[in-house]
Amino acid sequence: MLKTFRIGGVHPPENKLSAGKRIEVIGLPKQVAIPLSQNLGAPSVACVAKGDEVKVGTLIAKAGGFVSSNIHSSVAGKVAKIDEILDASGYRRPAVFIDVNEEEVWEESIDRSETLIKDCPLSSEEIIKKVAEAGIVGLGGATFPTQVKLSPPPGSKAEMLLINAVECEPYLTSDHELMMEKTEEILVGISILMKAIKVDKAIIGIENNKPDAIKLMTDRCRQYTGISVQPLKVQYPQGGEKQLIDAVMGRQVPSGALPIAVGAVVQNVGTAYAVYEAVQKNKPLIERVVTVTGKSVVKPSNYLARLGTPISMLIDAAGGLPADTGKVISGGPMMGKALTSIEVPVTKGCSGVLIMPTLEAQRQKMQNCIRCAKCVNVCPMGLEPYLLMSVGEREIWDRSEKERVMDCIECGCCSFTCPSNRPLLDYIRISKSKVGAIIRSRK
Amino acid sequence: MNLILIAVLLLGAVGAIGAVILFLVAQKFKVYEDPRIGQVEEVLPAANCGGCGFPGCKGFAEACVKADSLEGLLCPVGGADVMGKVATILGREAVAAAPMIAVVRCNGTCENRPRLNNYDGATSCAVASALYGGETGCSFGCHGLGDCVKVCPFDAIHINPETQLPEVDEDKCTACGACVKACPKLIIELRKKGPKSRRVYVSCVNKDKGAIAKKACNVSCIGCSKCMKACPFEAITISNNLAYIDYNKCKLCRKCVDVCPTHAIQELNFPPKKKEEPVVETKEN
Amino acid sequence: MENKLVVSPSPHVHGGDSISKNMYGVLIALIPAFIVSLYAFGLGALIVTLTSVVACMFFEFAIQKYLIKGNKTLCDGSAALTGVLLAFNLPSNIPLWIVIIGALVAIGVGKMSFGGLGNNILNPALVGRVFLLISFPVQMTTWPIADAANRFTTMDVETGATPLSLIKFGAADQVNVWDAITGMISGSMGEISVIALLLGLCYMLWKKIITWHIPVSIFAGVVVLSLLTGLNPLVQLATGGLMLGAIFMATDYVTSPMSHKGMLIYGFMIGAITIIIRKFGAYPEGVSFAILLMNAATPLINTYCKPKRFGEVKKNG
Repeated sequence: MLKTFRIGGVHPPENKLSAGKRIEVIGLPKQVAIPLSQNLGAPSVACVAKGDEVKVGTLIAKAGGFVSSNIHSSVAGKVAKIDEILDASGYRRPAVFIDVNEEEVWEESIDRSETLIKDCPLSSEEIIKKVAEAGIVGLGGATFPTQVKLSPPPGSKAEMLLINAVECEPYLTSDHELMMEKTEEILVGISILMKAIKVDKAIIGIENNKPDAIKLMTDRCRQYTGISVQPLKVQYPQGGEKQLIDAVMGRQVPSGALPIAVGAVVQNVGTAYAVYEAVQKNKPLIERVVTVTGKSVVKPSNYLARLGTPISMLIDAAGGLPADTGKVISGGPMMGKALTSIEVPVTKGCSGVLIMPTLEAQRQKMQNCIRCAKCVNVCPMGLEPYLLMSVGEREIWDRSEKERVMDCIECGCCSFTCPSNRPLLDYIRISKSKVGAIIRSRK
Repeated sequence: MNLILIAVLLLGAVGAIGAVILFLVAQKFKVYEDPRIGQVEEVLPAANCGGCGFPGCKGFAEACVKADSLEGLLCPVGGADVMGKVATILGREAVAAAPMIAVVRCNGTCENRPRLNNYDGATSCAVASALYGGETGCSFGCHGLGDCVKVCPFDAIHINPETQLPEVDEDKCTACGACVKACPKLIIELRKKGPKSRRVYVSCVNKDKGAIAKKACNVSCIGCSKCMKACPFEAITISNNLAYIDYNKCKLCRKCVDVCPTHAIQELNFPPKKKEEPVVETKEN
Repeated sequence: MENKLVVSPSPHVHGGDSISKNMYGVLIALIPAFIVSLYAFGLGALIVTLTSVVACMFFEFAIQKYLIKGNKTLCDGSAALTGVLLAFNLPSNIPLWIVIIGALVAIGVGKMSFGGLGNNILNPALVGRVFLLISFPVQMTTWPIADAANRFTTMDVETGATPLSLIKFGAADQVNVWDAITGMISGSMGEISVIALLLGLCYMLWKKIITWHIPVSIFAGVVVLSLLTGLNPLVQLATGGLMLGAIFMATDYVTSPMSHKGMLIYGFMIGAITIIIRKFGAYPEGVSFAILLMNAATPLINTYCKPKRFGEVKKNG
């Protein structure tokens, strides 16, 4: 029996249309818009001004707090303006606009050769400092600044590094393709991460629907001490941090605690690659792999795109926006964000662009809850979504808190499975933000 | 006969014992309550809307009895009438307060504010605004999903199906403020009802720069400050590209209404000016 | 103009499950039992079932049209299911006007008075059935014998005692377990054949319409209590409405608990109460009452039995 997490879960149709498509590099746009808020936590503070010349890799915004990250220019050019741009959610957020020069000039410190550098002589602190300077965030989509995750709070000790290569979201294949093409780099990156958190064991969790990646990684990881591959049963949301720890290590992170409480640090496989580039090649996080996919997309593909490239350019490269487009989603279908416009830029957290036809995009009509308990059965956190929704609708926040609404990981299994098409997660998410505010105000 | 007698005696005894126990318990756990609280509660409207800021009418009654003066205490539903009665019960002076009403400060009708996308989630403004800016280019305007309608205890606010905007029923609105709290966009404001319900207000809360705001909605406030200059009473202030009329200073002269280039300033319940109607129409065309 | 993008909160896909899929799934699972009752009781079974379904759907339609506003649930199969389950709890020779009264009570009182689908506390079909049992005890307990001779007539059928009444009145030796398993006994239409009902259970488990918890815990409750009270557990399981109740009535979504732990308690208590009524009560059969009692206890069970929360399994890793 393959390992998986123990509570709940669903298995949506996988639809990995772009699997096996090699990563293509997307050309540069005329102008990039790099939002200043690309990570979880505080937004970054711009440190360039209008008219400044920047090279590829020049620091343009510094971390705006402890939980924040640096942002670097993804192109060479001139800062056109620092203005507001519509972000994925239709609100205006500050961004740095850079007019792209024809000639591409890179920062001199960046090593652009393809040669693999295996040895890393740096100490743990030096690695973490380099990761912070490179502006690396969790590339699975949560965009939590990586350096914060690598510095465990005092008193806790990591035992093991888990590499999240699960990619449990349907449609997305960017991590899969990265593993196939940058295998060695990822493994070196994992070794560096192990050194950073001072552990001698790392396990890469990969779902069983990627047998080629499992085979390749298993073959290659023999040359690296302490790294092994754990194939996992296909089950959503295995890519959730707590679910992955449960699946691989058989330990459950207590409510409200961090993974470090059970001795685990989880990093995405894409993050491991970014760490390799930052530490060994001095290359900050300026580009990422983005899957562009959808049932009516002409050419579902995996692209390497510079941050700030408009999503419309990626869609054009994949054959243009299909006529029956109903919804464009940044991320996967279970947790991704529906976009209001395709002109928004690629950001650090954008793992895929999913284009859904109109027919699939519309939700069905909501009906009465028939208390079938299916949401309770699939909830990976062991919550009762039907109850959380009804207390959320009635705004009984103390009851919500007591029913552990804050444990919800917003995976969407409940809404996915509900036979009455009830918007369970919509209300749970609202409850979470209200209850979270109440808890913060108590302190 | 005997049977009936036994039954009567038995039940009578049970009843008597029960009464004694109840009496003793009531004596033991008696809580003293100021009788005036009950009297005040009697004259309150018993809507328990919370508009006064206290948990229900009983809470308000307690607060009135405890307070030294009635200043700052107002039952928005009952208004001056009820507060007068409360004052007589408590033997204090009533403090007059101007009647208020809820005002929806968004005029982004389907015509004025073109829709750029379609929302398809739970029918709740709170959910929608947590998700994203809104169906239109204006991320400040009304979602039109009716959270204010749901919370109104007096059935005084309704979504107009044509404009997709909420409309306040002046006769029913008691200015309890439930809708003000419910609106995630902070569009609804309690304003002075005004003489004969005449009011002038800026029907927009968009803080974007003028060009962006105007692009998103025809009747947005662009922060041009013409109204501020036109106002003879210094009632209008501009901050974050948005004009605001202080209802305490406004004398309802309506000069601002005439100068506003986007018709973002609304006037209500004024007798029609003679020449204004055709002028407005040509401007809109 | 470019077509407008749809914006909604995640998740953006849906599993495709729906109320009607589940309801029709249960109806499909009831087909084997229906075929057996057609074979055993003939035309009467067909007529009673049709009457009950049509009456239930009519009352649902009429009440939603004239009395209660809300989602129209006529076509989602829930009213039809109530109709079939009600019919399966009646003898096949029952006068049709009684069936119609039962349907009115089931839909009107059992379901709609609480606000329609999803809001009822008690299983509607059982409310209808118990109402009839108390109001028309004679008609409700005159069971036709499962016999080929009765197949094409609805009147003047030969009647006989059910195995449970035989046990109740001291004739336990006349009960043949094998007949009860295949269905060649007297009883309400749907309850007679254990095999057909188990087939339905397998179908529902396969289609993931229900989980195993409720039926299995009911069986466990029956076995434990029968052993304690000195009854033959096999006979108790195979006779009366137990199978029908355990598989189709107690598992009703709306009126059963939400967590697995709650389901197990609920099921076990149904089994236990059934045996207690059968052994010590005035009625030979107690499944309906047991289920209704536990239906009423479901909100309480839901309050105290929470699902196993993530992170509570092992405290010390």
